[in-house]
Amino acid sequence: MSQDAKKRDYLDVTGGWLHTLRGWIDARFPMSKLWNEQVAQYYAPKNFNFWYFFGSIALLILVNQIVTGIFLAMNYQPSATEAFASVQYIMRDVNWGWLIRYMHSVGASLFFVVVYLHMLRGVIYGSYKKPRELLWIFGMLIYVALMGEAFMGYLLPWGQMSYWGAQVITSLFGAVPGIGNGLEQWIRGDYAVSGITLNRFFALHVVALPLVLVGLVLFHLIALHEVGSNNPDGVEIKKHKGPDGIPLDGIPFHPYYTIKDIVGVTVFLAIFAAIIFFSPGLHGLFLEPANFEPANPLKTPVDIRPLWYFGPFYAILRSIPNKLLGISSMGLAIVILFLLPWIDRNPVKSIRYRGPLYRVLVFVFAITFIILGYIGLQPATPFWAQIGQRMEELYFLFFVVSWIYTRPRSWVFLALAFLAVMAVITAFDWLGWDAAIAHLKIYSWLIPGIYSMIFLLLPAFFSKLVEPLPVPERVTWK
Amino acid sequence: MSEEIDQSKRHFLTVATVVVGSVGVVMAAVPFVSSMEPSARAKSLGGPVDIDVSKIESGGLVKAKWRLKPVWVVQRAPAVLAGLPKNDSFLRDPGSDQTQQPPYCKNAWRSIKPELLVIVPICTHLGCIPLYRPEPGDPNISASWPGGFFCPCHGSKYDLAARVFQNVPAPLNLPVPVHRYLSDKVLRIGENPVGSHSSWTSPEVW
Repeated sequence: MSQDAKKRDYLDVTGGWLHTLRGWIDARFPMSKLWNEQVAQYYAPKNFNFWYFFGSIALLILVNQIVTGIFLAMNYQPSATEAFASVQYIMRDVNWGWLIRYMHSVGASLFFVVVYLHMLRGVIYGSYKKPRELLWIFGMLIYVALMGEAFMGYLLPWGQMSYWGAQVITSLFGAVPGIGNGLEQWIRGDYAVSGITLNRFFALHVVALPLVLVGLVLFHLIALHEVGSNNPDGVEIKKHKGPDGIPLDGIPFHPYYTIKDIVGVTVFLAIFAAIIFFSPGLHGLFLEPANFEPANPLKTPVDIRPLWYFGPFYAILRSIPNKLLGISSMGLAIVILFLLPWIDRNPVKSIRYRGPLYRVLVFVFAITFIILGYIGLQPATPFWAQIGQRMEELYFLFFVVSWIYTRPRSWVFLALAFLAVMAVITAFDWLGWDAAIAHLKIYSWLIPGIYSMIFLLLPAFFSKLVEPLPVPERVTWK
Repeated sequence: MSEEIDQSKRHFLTVATVVVGSVGVVMAAVPFVSSMEPSARAKSLGGPVDIDVSKIESGGLVKAKWRLKPVWVVQRAPAVLAGLPKNDSFLRDPGSDQTQQPPYCKNAWRSIKPELLVIVPICTHLGCIPLYRPEPGDPNISASWPGGFFCPCHGSKYDLAARVFQNVPAPLNLPVPVHRYLSDKVLRIGENPVGSHSSWTSPEVW
């Protein structure tokens, strides 16, 4: 332990004039104190697995986006007449401009990959539960700010998909009853998306939202270091402390996790570089072909689709044949994530000790999200709209089932919940009945039907499936 | 001078400072919020636009631009006008009760001159531009298609009076802009007919 303590305080061993400099600074600014509190003496559980890479990788991408963004802004022109050409100028004439731009565009997509995995980790190990509710909320705020940042950034190349994507999303605000029309014009600064809109989106993308994001990330980290990290076992390491007040299952973040994260960062950078160099557009997924045509307000692309990371919410938006309801359910799909700590209140945190059915539930939720994302990128056919509606039902059912699994329920409760869920879904089908796709509506009814049977009826008969397993006192190795 | 703190005075001063400060913040926000509204230049660029409608053939469509929005003028054949009422039972708003058109266009054909339809072809769902598909039974849409406007983004359908069909995402008929005829030949977008005394300026959904 004394060996460890020495390592932890490695700034001491440098000695000499550096040591004197450190003392001079520490008397004026809490440099060593900050370093020790936040890094060298921040004790994280010793059983982190690969899911715990994504937080630090997300931080790395944020730095990547800020740095590449600064250099892009040196050559980009935020005006309707210049924007498209200035992006081509960056790609062709600016030294290494293509690399900087691809680092920024691929970085944006990978940011969402990493953030989605980071969020899934939180769901798997119950990291949003007490005392980490605020930590989760700050994280969700980062996610929402990130979506705004990505949306505004996507207008800047001023391609067809940039323009029409912005047109579609800003028109969502027009649906607000009463003030919608004025609100929409206020956001656009014109009667339609125009150079004025481009200019303000540029200002928000490069100044306002990055400031908000960095601030929120700081809050997220401060909250994390206050309550301490969760871990794959979902047990609190602060419950068992040694005589020195250090958690027995904790290891200092530096050097243990800084070194470990280097491995994750290396793998990430290899993937990042491979995409940048071999397929920066990733077959239309990261850069859409329609966006290589300059914006034209008088010509709608045949098929408007968002970038892949908005796919799930876009699928929810358009699967409901009513504008205000579609927008409301898209909003609810995001808001409900904020409320997760108060929906799933089961005291057992980690998926490891919540019984086999909960594992399946979370797995199906992740698959549902991916399928929704796929549907969001498909053309608007009645078939995909209907399947999208079913997937949306599964998306929201996850939260219903999570709430039901909060504590042991009687078979009567589960059976009634099953009937209630199916009654609501059938009522929605009846309200939105469309004779043209009657067969599809009836057959696809089985999707939420089978889902509810598995997650609500099955535990009514086999309560063992949802019974929590004994949670260990200390962290385990797997 | 007393050494004691006058708590009620301190409380009053705190509240007064907060109130005055808040009013100041709100007033200081006005110019910033207002600066994001359409500017004087954006507004003046949105002035009226004239279109020559004398050379449009039957079934033809002329496109213009007004306030950064497309405006379409469609010349409809008498047979098309006669067929419009057949769609009524399949429409969300056959009587044009929603204020998606100026009062002088709230009629069976949604226009001042029956044969000339003037619309802003922006889908009332999410702002895409629908396709003009006047041929009945268009194989790319459906066999029962009566002819009209079809939005490729999310499949919204409108008839040839730009009225929206049921069971599509779009909630409202396509908007008819404010317009008047300067003569038999010239159509002006952006002004009401002389003597209409209409205060109507824009539809619910653009």
